[in-house]
Amino acid sequence: MKREFPLFVTAAIGLFMILSFFVPHQAVSVPADFFQQSAVIVVAFGIVLGGANLLRVNLEAVLKRQAGWPYRLVLIAGLLVMVLVGLIEGRDFQAAGTRSTWIYDQVYSPMSSAMFALLAFFIASAAFRAFRIRTPEAGLLALAAFLVMLGRVPLGNALTAWLPEDLRLGSVAEWILRVPQNAANRAILIGAALGVMATGLRVILGIERSYLSGEE
Amino acid sequence: MLSCRTASVLAILLLGIVPGAPAALAQSQVIIVPPPVIQPASPSAGSEAPRNATAGGGTPAPRPARGLNWEDVPDDAGRALDLTWQLSPDDTLHLPLLQGYHVMRSENPGGPWTRVDSLAAGVSSYRDQSVTLRRDLPYFYRIDAFGPGGVTPQGSVTGPAIAVSQWFNHTRWSVLALTMLLFTFVLFFIQSAQGEGKTPFVRRIPGIDAIEEAIGRATEMGRPVLYVPGIQDIDEMQTVQSLIILESVAKTTARYQTPLKVPVTYPIPFTIAQEMVKGGYLQAGRPEQYDPDCVQFVSPEQFAYVAAVTGIMMRDRPAAHIFLGAFFAESLLLAETGFATGAIQVAGTANANQLPFFVVACDYTLIGEELFAASAYLSGEPKLVGSLKGADLMKLVILVVVLAGCLLETLGYHGLTQWLATQ
Repeated sequence: MKREFPLFVTAAIGLFMILSFFVPHQAVSVPADFFQQSAVIVVAFGIVLGGANLLRVNLEAVLKRQAGWPYRLVLIAGLLVMVLVGLIEGRDFQAAGTRSTWIYDQVYSPMSSAMFALLAFFIASAAFRAFRIRTPEAGLLALAAFLVMLGRVPLGNALTAWLPEDLRLGSVAEWILRVPQNAANRAILIGAALGVMATGLRVILGIERSYLSGEE
Repeated sequence: MLSCRTASVLAILLLGIVPGAPAALAQSQVIIVPPPVIQPASPSAGSEAPRNATAGGGTPAPRPARGLNWEDVPDDAGRALDLTWQLSPDDTLHLPLLQGYHVMRSENPGGPWTRVDSLAAGVSSYRDQSVTLRRDLPYFYRIDAFGPGGVTPQGSVTGPAIAVSQWFNHTRWSVLALTMLLFTFVLFFIQSAQGEGKTPFVRRIPGIDAIEEAIGRATEMGRPVLYVPGIQDIDEMQTVQSLIILESVAKTTARYQTPLKVPVTYPIPFTIAQEMVKGGYLQAGRPEQYDPDCVQFVSPEQFAYVAAVTGIMMRDRPAAHIFLGAFFAESLLLAETGFATGAIQVAGTANANQLPFFVVACDYTLIGEELFAASAYLSGEPKLVGSLKGADLMKLVILVVVLAGCLLETLGYHGLTQWLATQ
């Protein structure tokens, strides 16, 4: 019973949600919406568990003076300050002009942007490795990348302005993106979509039941 | 000079003789009501006749929109109505008399009216899907033209317009047919594999084989294994799949007695990840080695999560990084930082845009469907592997449909393409 009941609930709700994709009538759509909203409520309770874990793990590390404990102290302080400010602000804590919004915009957002900006350097270093020609396939990749990069900037078209329109670098780059790149992309997406559906069916029918943990 | 009311009635009579009006009337009942004067403007407001300026010499109000028609949005749950109308004669670029239209709605033809939305000039259709719209309730609509000279209500109201829900979305027949076909294939192959008791052949997937190799290397080096299950919540199937694979990974790390670290973004995957790791240790016969703190909730914020995970990479120096799940801009930040630490890296995602980054920065990459095959591949269970066969056969069907579609489109037949189009 301990295993059968969750399997039954998963199968019933899973099949019902598949049905709701095809049946828009309120007899199906209203309960389906209710299930989705219920999921949001469950997640809201889950955030308490997550916060408690975060606090416990980092507090223990600080108390035991583990390596890097001052950083963990900053994390705990940040967590508590945000919770406290949010509680003081009340229900509208996310509104413009509140202290919690100010902290988010002035402290978190710049740090987040800085982290995102690092991507430019990482792309440069990854591209440097990717375009080293060691095999014929790598050579093809480097050639395609060269044509696309040059075709996306005005210089590429200026260099090939004397050629017919279809042979200019801009057109060649567009063709590479629209035809071979798009074909490969769609093949990956179709395969992944079928994988999603097959996995979903396995979970719904209880064939894939490892999410019930290893307890028999 | 015509009075406002007389002019409006004339305009409504004119509406009756415009082409297409009878067809519109066949579907929607047009009720003629005296237009309420919202703001005193031109004496001819609401008419199509030549109009004089306001008494004070100011800008006249725009003439009203005409021919308002409604239609229930098909294949929905009765939550939307489509409105179309003809633009006001003053709706031109050269005359700054009209700024836009107010879409007005009422439960009675005589009002009171509620403004549903305001639209820019030049717009002649609107889909009312506001939350206040109730299915099976009759509504009446009116379009008010507004400009610097005031607001001119339409001379007639349209209704009763009723949003009705349907039992089947007819644009999804093709999805239903293909879904049923896939499910049939999958169930057939699962049944066959179960009956024969033999594991069907599956090609070698080096990325999945490399997971054990990576854990083995971490064991030799005496360093932990880092497992990143993507940055999406449990409603993303890649996260579900990643958490299923996590159990196998935890089982292997338990067998090798290697520490495992799992930073998680959302609370529900966090609790499931704890269960999966615990299950893996239990299956390996080493439940006492399970450390509840090995799964850590970090943050649902994308770059806060990146900062935390790259911090773990730099401080704890795991010897193996396994990235399986849904990734976005953080994919390269994580993989490049991991590369810099010299760890062996295995990644897998179905987000096609992130695959090139993983291919460049990781040692092994699971591409798209390989991620979803991983749990079946790792378990080796006949019925799970059988489901992979079903998906493979479906791919063949899709290939045939794509080729047939290309051929038919080339020959000028659009039936198959139209049948496959969904909403």
